[in-house]
Amino acid sequence: MVKGFISGEIDAFTAPVLREKLATVQGKEGLQAELDMSDVSYMDSTGLGVIVAFFKNINANNGHVKLTGLSPRLKRLFDITGLGEIMDIETDDKGGN
Amino acid sequence: MRPFDYVEIRVPAKPQYVGVARLTISGLASRIGFTYDDIEDLKIASSEAITNAVQHAYSEVDEGEVVIGCALYPDKIEIMVADHGKSFNFEETKAKVGPYNENQEVQFLREGGLGLYLIETLMDEVKVHHQEGVTVFMTKYVGEEQVEENVETISS
Repeated sequence: MVKGFISGEIDAFTAPVLREKLATVQGKEGLQAELDMSDVSYMDSTGLGVIVAFFKNINANNGHVKLTGLSPRLKRLFDITGLGEIMDIETDDKGGN
Repeated sequence: MRPFDYVEIRVPAKPQYVGVARLTISGLASRIGFTYDDIEDLKIASSEAITNAVQHAYSEVDEGEVVIGCALYPDKIEIMVADHGKSFNFEETKAKVGPYNENQEVQFLREGGLGLYLIETLMDEVKVHHQEGVTVFMTKYVGEEQVEENVETISS
């Protein structure tokens, strides 16, 4: 089980840094990975691309990726791109709806 | 006098300037009175367009620049992003951009991945123009409907 904390803005400039970090745990058989995204203040398609690539790699090695702490904004980004249905996502939604 | 305030941002075609342009656009949008959610949408959409322009300009010219033109109206913002680094006559270029043809823009779509899809989803109008590089023109209106979306009727 590996738990990672991601924080700050993920865009074209910072996404490569995240990709490199994630690459260090990729390729292991049956890895249970959890990415805590509660401190991610901004993300666009470059960040989604990195997360999806990681997700694919871990799945191909019979592992599992779980995303946690997503703000409603961030969750929406996954939902409108259709990734919300494919990935295991836990939101940070404090009740309400 | 033109009916809008015009702000042009010119940045080197490097990824580290995408965030700078994004912050500037966020500031401009809050001046017009966009809601928090709409500003977040604008930030993502404009970043997608600028990221794409940075990647285009990057591969073709050594010292490419990306030009972002913003027209601020009382009820909307128009953002034009060009990867050829030349300043544009906003109105003239705006007249030239047309609705894009999906087949024609395959390259843009492929390179941008989810980028163009997000721009389309988050903005109200999107046009793409292919001449001297790629120009993306997008509009977002200051909406009135967000309020309803978040308000829940209290009844007991």
